[in-house]
Amino acid sequence: MQLLLFLILGPLITAIFMLLVRKDQERNWIVKLSALGIGAVTILLLGSYGDKGTLYFSFAAESTGLFMFLIEMVIAVFILYLGIKYKNYLVVGLTLLQSAMMVYFEVFYAHTIDVKYSLFIDQFSIIMALIIGIIGSLICVYALSYMKDFHEHHKELPDRRNIFFCIMFAFLSAMFGLVFSNNLLWVLFFWEITTLCSFLLIGYTKTEEATNNAFTALWMNLLGGVAFVVAILYLATQAGGIMGLGEVLASGKAIVLIPVVLIGFAGLTKAAQLPFSSWLVGAMVAPTPVSALLHSSTMVKAGVYILVRLAPVFQATFSGYVLAFIGAITFLLASAIAISQSNAKRVLAYSTIANLGLIVACAGIGTYEAIWAAILLIIFHAISKSLLFLSVGTVEHRIESRDIEDMNGLIIRMPRIAALMVIGIAGMFLAPFGMLISKWAAIQAFIDAPYGFLFVIILAFGSALTLFFWAKWMGRLLVVTPKQENLETNIDSNIWLALISLGGLTAITCFIFPAISSTLIEPFLLQNYGNVTQLSQDNVIIMIMMLFMIVLLPLSILMPQRKHRHLTPYMGGMTTNPDMSFYGAIGLKRDMKLSNYYITSWFGEVKLQTLGIYLCTGLIGIMFVSAAYLGVII
Amino acid sequence: MISIVGAVAFILLAPVIGGLIAGIDRKISAHMQGRVGPPILQPFYDVGKLFEKEKTVANDMQRFYAISYFIFMIFTGALFFAGGDLLLVIFALTLAQIFLVLGAYSANSPYSHIGAERELIQIMAYEPMVIIAAVGMYVVTKSFNVGSIASYPLPLVLFLPAIFIGFIYILTIKLRKSPFDISTSHHAHQEIVKGVTTEFSGPTLGLIEVTHWYETVFLLGFVYLFFAFSPLIGIIAVALVYLLELLIDNASARVKWQLVMKSSWLIAAIVGLANLAALYYLGVV
Repeated sequence: MQLLLFLILGPLITAIFMLLVRKDQERNWIVKLSALGIGAVTILLLGSYGDKGTLYFSFAAESTGLFMFLIEMVIAVFILYLGIKYKNYLVVGLTLLQSAMMVYFEVFYAHTIDVKYSLFIDQFSIIMALIIGIIGSLICVYALSYMKDFHEHHKELPDRRNIFFCIMFAFLSAMFGLVFSNNLLWVLFFWEITTLCSFLLIGYTKTEEATNNAFTALWMNLLGGVAFVVAILYLATQAGGIMGLGEVLASGKAIVLIPVVLIGFAGLTKAAQLPFSSWLVGAMVAPTPVSALLHSSTMVKAGVYILVRLAPVFQATFSGYVLAFIGAITFLLASAIAISQSNAKRVLAYSTIANLGLIVACAGIGTYEAIWAAILLIIFHAISKSLLFLSVGTVEHRIESRDIEDMNGLIIRMPRIAALMVIGIAGMFLAPFGMLISKWAAIQAFIDAPYGFLFVIILAFGSALTLFFWAKWMGRLLVVTPKQENLETNIDSNIWLALISLGGLTAITCFIFPAISSTLIEPFLLQNYGNVTQLSQDNVIIMIMMLFMIVLLPLSILMPQRKHRHLTPYMGGMTTNPDMSFYGAIGLKRDMKLSNYYITSWFGEVKLQTLGIYLCTGLIGIMFVSAAYLGVII
Repeated sequence: MISIVGAVAFILLAPVIGGLIAGIDRKISAHMQGRVGPPILQPFYDVGKLFEKEKTVANDMQRFYAISYFIFMIFTGALFFAGGDLLLVIFALTLAQIFLVLGAYSANSPYSHIGAERELIQIMAYEPMVIIAAVGMYVVTKSFNVGSIASYPLPLVLFLPAIFIGFIYILTIKLRKSPFDISTSHHAHQEIVKGVTTEFSGPTLGLIEVTHWYETVFLLGFVYLFFAFSPLIGIIAVALVYLLELLIDNASARVKWQLVMKSSWLIAAIVGLANLAALYYLGVV
């Protein structure tokens, strides 16, 4: 239990230090030491609890509960202040509503609730802790150099790095709290902290766009928070005060379905599923480490974490199917929208939304096979996505653009970063890398579930779409342009450390994922579902063969070979210079420029998003009605 | 379940069979067009000549992509004929295809660039149908293993008639036949600049040609699975399907990529939904 408390409180202490420290050097040391400490403790956690199954810990719940309530009220007042200051009355209304309910709960019900075990740990928590601890810390280390560059690039913005790093670490602390809490009141507390942290980080630059987008994120997540509080009130009043996550899962579906669907709704908002996808796309205005953190190891992962936790309740219920459908439609539409985007960060954002959709679909189906796929998706997505974000951030500072078209021929200009990006992209959609393994598992899971064929068909189309936008991006990076200046010099060692670690993790997890599955995921499934699944031995061997081939093939370039004659590409008989410029009509010298297909007439953002918002809002309505129907009738 | 014999047989025999199919293809096509046509062995002569040509490249990376395309296509087919997992086979096929696309991208040439984009559109167009076909086979036989699917005692095509038709539809794309040969074509009259393969020449182009032979044999193997209950009927069916593709090829002109994409998706969605739903409700699953 000391380890759990260390992980929750340790980052918090670092956060306080961060607020006080203003010198670069001191900040560097504290962040690096904390990152090392957090990473090491999560691994220690794996070592000491990895084979122990589910363990519950009791903790002074009553006093802590009061303390948390007070902090929540302080946060509410703070948000109210900001809401009034920026005249955002939606936020004000939602905060008032939520606080009123919290006060009502605290006065009338809090003393009747007795949660014996507030903290717990099981294999799924450990997986989440590893993701938060290792990837989250690496992002913080990366942020040290990035934010320094960022403020050199944006002299007009006030340097508030102490606040920035303070929130980053508070965020990690809240995430650890979230995945270790058994008491739903605690889950809610940490849930609200992540909402607040992401709001502050998105609005970090305080530009008008940033502030607007931060408020969008805030009201959407507050809406989820309100649903969460309603769920807690329901549990307190209608379900006899069950407040432990374990107890909720152990009690009958009829009793807990309504609150679980409400919490599921909160999960949808946090996981940025349609109709709430716009906040995550808007969050792209924040500095890149924030995007990386929100997308890979925190925030959105909190949303899918809670959904996967509650999956046994969703399993084989109509509401669960509707939830799965929301996820599947989000997967399909977000993948399609990603095709039409040329801004690299927006492509990444839509791809995150899509992959979270897939995880939500798995959680809604809720069978052991689906959950196996969902957890694999969470792991692999976190690694590849953080790698991609951090690479894009590094490139952005060098080429002053985040547009994919401007990354043309990056393999010549920034060979190592481009190679890391290619690894990250391959990790997102190609065999034998992680995300593809997960999609494979998802196909298997869907087809074995009742009515699963609907989901398989959606998945088949969706993954064809993801293939298109990833492959064209990859192609753009790998264009071999005429010799250009190398922009890779003077990239900071912190950045290399984070990028190379994540690149290595992307490859290594593919090799060791059978071990991850058998030591962590399968025991978790066995305990919660009484059934396990895995890839067959043959397939694992074949995948590893493919992986070796992919690793070895690039070495073939190093082999001695007879010199090949180089010719300039064919330009329709036009006289072409080696730099691919040519003389066009009336003798003007023109540069050749190639650009990708974006097919906006089919995959336009506005059109598809509007469609998605209507569809998914309707589905959420159906989900609530069906849950209410089941909960009331039975 | 993996049979090494099948894999080795594929690696050794597929280029011979694939080359012969290409030769017969050209002969029949010629007759359909009222020409005599080249000798059956002409594709081998062509490839042999390509390997004797001077080694020229647009950049050094191209060879790597072409070799990777070649190796992963062989891997795909070998895994298929070894009786491996059908989904993994499809993923390996995609990987191979991506290497060809990257090769075309890397050349930094307008023609091969257009070819690469169109090749990606083709992949996007056909992939859902291929996955749906594999899933259909799984629903009937309860296995993704090519070995188990092939030894299923009843004719799969009776359970998956719509999916079979859908698969034939996208097979036209995969075999690079008109009207869906949008990224590159075998017809000299269709284009002078050969899309995705524009910047490949000499031995590298020869390699891509041989890869296509491997691919053809693998694809026909996929068609065979629908009829695997009886080897004789299976081979006849495969021959008839190929003839049908030839007829379509010679009787139609290339269409726009929009139509390729839309029609393939529409057909995949309709046949996939209809056939899988029918199987589900008829209680086959």
